[in-house]
Parts: sequence; structure tokens; C-alpha cells
Amino acid sequence: MLLKINDENMNKEGGGYTLAYASIMVIIVALLLSFTHQSLSEKQTTNVNRDKMQQILRSLKIDAPAHEAVEKYNSLITNAYLIREDGTKIDGSEGVTPEDPAFSTNITEGAEGGLPVYEAEVGGSKKYIIPLSGSGLWGAVWGYLAVNEDGTTIYGSEFGHASETPGLGAEIVEYAFRAQFEGKHLFKNGEFTSIAVVKKGTTDSKRDYVDGISGGTITSKGVNNMLLESVGLYQNFLKNLSTPQ
Amino acid sequence: MSPNLKAALLGPLNKNNPILVQVLGICSALAVTTKLESSLVMAISVIIVVALSNVIISLLRKSIPNRIRIIVQLVVAAALVTLVSEILKAYAYDVSKQLSVYVGLIVTNCILMGRLEAFAMGNGPWASFLDGIGNGLGYGWILVTVGFIRELFGSGTLLGYKVIPQSFYDAGYMDNGFMMLAPMALLLVGCIIWIHRSKNPELQEEQ
Repeated sequence: MLLKINDENMNKEGGGYTLAYASIMVIIVALLLSFTHQSLSEKQTTNVNRDKMQQILRSLKIDAPAHEAVEKYNSLITNAYLIREDGTKIDGSEGVTPEDPAFSTNITEGAEGGLPVYEAEVGGSKKYIIPLSGSGLWGAVWGYLAVNEDGTTIYGSEFGHASETPGLGAEIVEYAFRAQFEGKHLFKNGEFTSIAVVKKGTTDSKRDYVDGISGGTITSKGVNNMLLESVGLYQNFLKNLSTPQ
Repeated sequence: MSPNLKAALLGPLNKNNPILVQVLGICSALAVTTKLESSLVMAISVIIVVALSNVIISLLRKSIPNRIRIIVQLVVAAALVTLVSEILKAYAYDVSKQLSVYVGLIVTNCILMGRLEAFAMGNGPWASFLDGIGNGLGYGWILVTVGFIRELFGSGTLLGYKVIPQSFYDAGYMDNGFMMLAPMALLLVGCIIWIHRSKNPELQEEQ
């Protein structure tokens, strides 16, 4: 390939020119985008963290607007740490800031890194908040479950989704669905039974249940399975809460 | 303003509307119009991206080698959309959560590539800018209209505020669930095209 570029007749269609053009364009764009991302990433992380705090607060039945969320979170959350599946706390994992292990551990990556637990002080009593992770119809479904000191009674719940159908599966975020969990029990006769999400009109005699979303069957099933599997990882921890240490 | 520039800006608002006449950008018109707020943000994002990328491509048009011109257009469009997405995530996080997938989809929005190829490659920067604004606005008003109808009849709210009074619900009125599904948006766009064509008979196809 002859790289012959002179000022009089720069061959715009020549191979050399095309290659140089493409290379320079790509380098400029890469620099521009990395610079932008770099300068904005701190703000973005603050937003993501604040959003997570709002979700945790909603599981405590507190709907905090963006400008109050961090303050409210810091005033209510008294402790956060990682536990193992056998229910024991991992030493050195305590800390309530977003940089500490509990907040920064992503449970979708598996339980080997430790399971986060958040402790809150609400109305004079302690609540335990555990994160949930599952899948719905189109994508990820997640949530937070706030459990009373007895380790079995649900205080509140929060659910989120990536891309469930608006008006159907997406309704799991609405209070109408979430309110059903309040007062339900995760353990029956000392056994972990979780809480079932059943088709409206049906019942479950072996465990506590809530009505699913009409028209959102697969999403409801996804929440049902998430409650069984995700909360199941915490059953030893929760069982220990009811037995005096 | 010269007649050409005026046509570039005002044409897409009516006789050369990207959705109603050019039939471009339908996908996002269906996807984001479940709520009026998302429709507004998407419309504004598209106006900004189409106008700015039109200007950039127009400024570069004489230097772009012909055989990679589509690639160059794509790179400019993708870079701009990524910038919009990053800025939204930093300064309007709640909105960016709703739009998450769709902001990225602006790149695949045919209006963008359509205008870059059809206009920016052959016209000056100022005219291209106006063409971008015009097409963005033309796309935007359709989106806002569909979003308005879908949110009002599908959830009884507008911009999140309850509009349909509780007395209606007590009397037996129910939100129209079908409004929340994509096919309804297609039907609504069809109805708008129907009204539009009857007001502009010259756009009707020959039998």
C-alpha cells in the first residue's frame, strides 16, 4: 500500500487516508468517552448507592425522597456485616458505609463472598434486612426483606426488577403487592417454609402465602422462587435469632 | 430565514414527520410511551442527539472517506448517545433508570441514521442543525401525544399525578390495562396517521 498523501490532491478514497482517518477518529472518541466517564463516575456511584439505600429503607416501610435518603439511612441502619450460610458472622466484616463489605457485596455473584445482613433500629425494636436476588420473565428481579427480631415475622418488603412488563409483572414494586408480606412468617414449626406467591384465589396449607399478580404469572413465580432460594441462604442465621445465644 | 432552512426546521413537524410520514423511529415510540415523563425525556434526548450528530457529520462530510461513511456516522451517533446516557446517570438518576435500555437504543433509532445519511452528508452545519431539531421535535410531539393518552387511560395519572378523580373509580371506572401494552401504542400511532393523512390529502398514496 503506497502511502502517498500530498497537499494538492489528497486522495480521500485511498487506503492510507481511510486507515488514518478511522484510527484518529476512534482514538478521539475513546479519549472523549473515558474522560467523561472518569469525571462523572463519582457522581454516578453516589446515585447508585443512594438508590440502594432508598430500596433498603422502603423494605422498612419508609419512602425517603432522594435528598433525605442518605441521612435517613444513616440514622436507622445501626449495623451491617457479612455472614456465612451456616449463620455465623464473618469477623471484620462489620461496617455501615457504602465502602464496607455488606453494602458493597453483590449477592448475584454467589454466596461464597459472604451474605450481607443489615440491622436497623425502628420504633425501639431491631429489624434485620436481607437482600434477595432472582429472575422474572424478562430479566433480573431483586428485593430486600425486613425481618423482626424473632427471625421469622416479616416487617416489610421491597422489590425491584430490570425489565418486567409494565402493568403486569412490574406491579411487584407497588405497595399493594408488598404490603401482603407484612406479618407473614418464614418458619412454620421450626422449619423454614418461606412465603409462597400463589395464584389469586388459591391457598397453601403448609405455609404462609400472598397473592401473585394477575396476568404476571411468571414474574410472580420468579418472586416465589427468589423468596425460597435467596432467603433460604439465610435460614440458619434467622433460626439462630429466635434461639437465645 | 431562507425558505430551505425553514423547510428543514418545520417540514418534519408536519408534512415530513419522521414517524407519520417517513415511518422511522417506531420502536421507541412504542416502548417508552407508557408514561408521559419517559416520553418527554426520550424526546428531549433524541432532539439533542440528532441535532448534534447532524452538525458533527455535516462539519466532517467533506473529509469522510466514502467507504467508511456509515461507520463514521455510527461512531459519532454511538459516542453522543453514550455521553447522553452517562450525563443522565450522573445528573438525573431516577429518569435514567426508567430509560436505561432505551437511551442506548437511540443509536438504533432509524431517524438518527436516516437524517445523517439523507441530510447531514449533503448540507451545511446550520441547515443540518435545524433539520435535526425539526426531526427531533416531529418525533417528540408524537411521543408526547401517545404518552399522554397511554398514561392517562392506562394509569389514570399524568406525570405521576393522579388526574382521574377517585369518584370515577368508585362508580366503576377502571384503568385500561391494554393501554400499557405496546400494541396499543401502534394502534394510537395508526390513528394519528389516519387523522394526519385526512388533513394532508397529498400524502395519501395512490389507489
